[in-house]
Amino acid sequence: MVHWSAEEKQLIASVWGKVSVEECGAEALARLLIVYPWTQRFFSNFGNLSSPTAIRGNPMVRAHGKKVLTSFGEAVKNLDNIKGTYSKLSELHCEKLHVDPENFRLLGDILIIVLASHFGKDFTPACQFAWQKLVGVVAHALARNYH
Amino acid sequence: MVLSANDKSNVKSVFGKIGGQADAYGAEALERMFATYPQTKTYFPHFDLAKGSAQVKGHGKKVAAALVEAANNIDDIAGALSKLSDLHAQKLRVDPVNFKLLGQCFLVVVAIHNPSVLTPEVHASLDKFLCAVGTVLTAKYR
Repeated sequence: MVHWSAEEKQLIASVWGKVSVEECGAEALARLLIVYPWTQRFFSNFGNLSSPTAIRGNPMVRAHGKKVLTSFGEAVKNLDNIKGTYSKLSELHCEKLHVDPENFRLLGDILIIVLASHFGKDFTPACQFAWQKLVGVVAHALARNYH
Repeated sequence: MVLSANDKSNVKSVFGKIGGQADAYGAEALERMFATYPQTKTYFPHFDLAKGSAQVKGHGKKVAAALVEAANNIDDIAGALSKLSDLHAQKLRVDPVNFKLLGQCFLVVVAIHNPSVLTPEVHASLDKFLCAVGTVLTAKYR
């Protein structure tokens, strides 16, 4: 089980409380598809992903980004049982979606940068540490039931 | 991975906007790297890594200067950083995985201080550039 200090929990909750899940989710997914274009391979049914502008305006990208970040919120609410929280999702990503777990790490790094751009100096080094730890734990949990 | 004409122009533009703040960005990127990825501190047992450390500031300046040099010679990063590449291969031998970590922290610093500059397109170009720099610095490792 992952150990979270009181400070880490507070930093995570405090940032999450100010996040617009819809906006940040959409932005994070769009950036993933733009910065690491090979990740588009999972979204061939999303329509027009032909340019950064198209990706940013794509309603399916926005909706899916919101869905992904909403799910991330489950980790924030269940810091002491992230493994359990993502058990079924891990199976899904392996068996149905066939997503290389490296992509979870890529999205986690992108999320950090989106948070940094929204929070500016409030995204202190301590904050970055807590959140980088969280995205790593989430990525690990999502990869855990792969076989 | 190849830097397109657009990438090169985006990178030059970022460093143009950063201007004289590059030194401070370098120092902050290091500070964040040590805080976020404690294992990176193992390369600096001889440094005072406390907040505000003069050694970290000084080293941040060196890191920034190298990035600026690479951006100014973006058509030949390998040439521009050849001596640094030798240094890392022969003396420093920083594990290649760490360049990605510092790159991530540099992007975070740019995002914090210049969110409007770091559009997704520029983010992509800068990420590619930082990867290219890391590749050059580890190219002679074996």
